[in-house]
Formats: sequence, C-alpha cells, structure tokens
Amino acid sequence: MQVKVLIFGQLTDITGVSELQLNDVSDRDELITALNRQYPGLADSKYAIAVNKQVINENIGLTDNSTVALLPPFSGG
Amino acid sequence: MENPRYQRQTSLKEFGEAGQIRLNNAKVLVIGAGGLGCPALQYLAGAGVGTIGIVDNDRVALSNLHRQVLYSTDDIGLSKALRAADILSALNPEIDIIPFNESLSTTNAQHIISQFDIILDGTDNFASRYLINDACVLAGKPLVYGAISRFEGQVAVFNWATNNGRSSNYRDVFPNPPAEDEILNCEEAGVIGTLPGMIGTMMANEAIKLIAQIGVPLINRLMTYNSLNNQMYDLEVQPQAGSHSLIPANFAAFEAKDYELMCSSQSATQIDPDRFEEMLQDPSFSVIDVRELNETPVINEFNYLSLPLSSFEKSVNQIKENKIVIFCKSGKRSLNAARILASHYGNSKKIYSLKGGILAWKDHKEV
Repeated sequence: MQVKVLIFGQLTDITGVSELQLNDVSDRDELITALNRQYPGLADSKYAIAVNKQVINENIGLTDNSTVALLPPFSGG
Repeated sequence: MENPRYQRQTSLKEFGEAGQIRLNNAKVLVIGAGGLGCPALQYLAGAGVGTIGIVDNDRVALSNLHRQVLYSTDDIGLSKALRAADILSALNPEIDIIPFNESLSTTNAQHIISQFDIILDGTDNFASRYLINDACVLAGKPLVYGAISRFEGQVAVFNWATNNGRSSNYRDVFPNPPAEDEILNCEEAGVIGTLPGMIGTMMANEAIKLIAQIGVPLINRLMTYNSLNNQMYDLEVQPQAGSHSLIPANFAAFEAKDYELMCSSQSATQIDPDRFEEMLQDPSFSVIDVRELNETPVINEFNYLSLPLSSFEKSVNQIKENKIVIFCKSGKRSLNAARILASHYGNSKKIYSLKGGILAWKDHKEV
C-alpha cells in the first residue's frame, strides 16, 4: 500500500522535499509516527492534516493511493 | 441611471446592476492595511463597496513599500489606516471609508466588528488571527481569511453557513496557535511583493462574490497557492469535534482572554524529565495530568490532579496553585493545556509542560 504525502510551507525545510511516498501506513496515526521517525523535526511542528483534501483532526484509515497534505499555519500578511 | 464608474462590471450579466446595488449596500471591514490589506482595499474601494472600515495601528515604513503599493515613499511614518483612508477616498469619493487607527483587541473587537457585514483578516501575527476568528464566530460574522509565508499563500471563507447549515472556522483547521517563534512572519522569513498582491486580491474577490452572490466562494474550503510553481491545492474544512470548545463562550469570556500571551512562546515553558523530577519534590508545585481517564501508563509514583484535556477549559478555575506543572503521554496535550492556562492566568501563574510526556519521564527513570 502506498500513500502520497504533500508538504507545504516551511515544513519543507524539515523534509527537504514537497512530496514523498510512504508505504505500509494504514491510518493517520501510523503515518505521523512514520513521518516523525523519518523527520524528527516534524514532531515539534504544528500543522493541519488533510486526507484526500479533507481536513481531519482525528485518526482515520488510509487506503492505497490516499493523498495526505501537511499544511502549516501561515501568519504573514 | 447607470453609474459609469462601475459600467465595466455591471455589464457582466452575472453581476449586473443587482450586484452593484449589493456592493453599494455592503459594509466590509479590512483588518490590517499591509501586504494583504492594501490590494484588498484598493479593489473593494474601486468596486464600490459602500462602506469600508480599515483597522491598523501601524505606520508606513520603507520596507513595506515593495508590497504595500497603496502607499508611496512620501507616506513613510504616516498612520496606515488614516493614509489608506485618504488614498481610497481619492480613488472613490462615492463610498464611505472609516479608519480605525488602533489595533484590534479583545476590548474593541465586538464594537468594531459588529458595524460590518464581512470581515477580511490581513493581519500578520497569530494572536490577531485567533482573536479575529473567535470574535467573528461570537459575532456571527463571515470571515475572509488570507495569510502568506515566503512564496505560498492561503485563502478561505469561514463562518458562512451553507445550505445544510454547516459552517467552519479557522480553529477547525488550526485548533491552537503555534508558538510565535515556530512559524516565521514576513519580517523574518521574507516575502516577494507580488504574493500578498495576489492573495489580497483573491480575498477581495471572495468578498465581492459573497456580497454580489455570484460564483462559488471558498466557503468551508481553504485554498493554498504556491507562487513559485503556480500550483493551487484546496482542502475541504469540516467543523471538527472539540474546536468549538476552544472559542470563548461569549464576549465577556473573550474580553478576559489574553491572545498575545496565548501565542507567545514564553507562555508555556517546556521542561525535561530532570527538571520535572525536581518539581515533583517541591511541594509548592501542583502536578496535573491532562490525559483522559484510564489512559496508560498508570502513574502511582507521585501525587497529581487529573484534569483531562477534553474538559480542561471547564476545570481551569479549580486550579488555585501558582506553580503548575502539566504532563500527558507525549508532551503535546500538556503544552496545549499549558497555553490554555496561560491565556487565562497570564503571568500570575508559572506554568510548565513536561516535554516528551510521561513516556520520556519513564524512559529517564529506567536509565
């Protein structure tokens, strides 16, 4: 199973890329754990998570080819 | 008779005279007359929004001019709200412009916001953004939100109930503010002048669509735009369980809240397991567990008060001690709780959150 992760804003300073693929993550919490393992800086960052373009704030299951977006808040004006 | 000033837009069949009448009758408040506010104000004034309020307590600076193109070099040092009002009155003398040469605060927000139909947030800090969101929810005012960082921007329409009654707000996307030092603002991160030009113009465009009742505004959607690769990505925002409880219950509670402190990084000091251990030995500290009831690991090594985060806001008044250390499982919820406490008590209490949570403390004990 493959999940596509899109990374926005200053979070790309941590990941170095704006898009990556993760294998074998079955739900949001597993995805966060996998991301934090790969990029420890993400654990201290605040961001919203959208699964298939829906912002969610609780754990939900992911399916093959799900797209997950990590969106940090922007303050600039 | 048709006003030639607006002829190019009234000739659009979707917009027409009906759209123009709606704009003329509308009252729009733009908070922040900076990078986002300037273009938004110019287009709203040009389009003939009948009443426009401008809130800003800042003065024009040289480093503003590359993006805040409403102002000129001669304006440096002048009040943005007053100067913008003059320039916009010259652009369109047929509309009313009300400058508020002050920053929006918990004391003036209700009075100012209640005079307008739609609010645009073009501010440059999280304290203002959460304050404006909460005030708009309490006052029942639609909020056109825009924000930028480096080459990317976000735009959304919040607090606008759809046909099925669903209405989301900023806290449904970002429930709690990050520490002010976690996310860089334009001054620290830099910004290309054209980006706020585009995002601010999109904000004005959303406001015009809402008022004229045309097109498909970004209601319950948050759009992101990347100016480097021109990619747009929009997300659907649903009302989230729990986010409403983060908003003060009424304007009295709102006025008592300290948004600046809530967003300041000093409001919650994070401590490591060593320091936590010292605090456990110090009887002047009150220790609070914000995990939900029955979560593991069960702690019996020390005494603590259990106040689960889900109902933490309601428990805040029970906390009498002035030195408080909060823990949860991994350190995230305790930091949230610490910020909630800080926003209630300000500097009158010393508040600490155990970094890495009780798991880090357990690991530390085993070493």
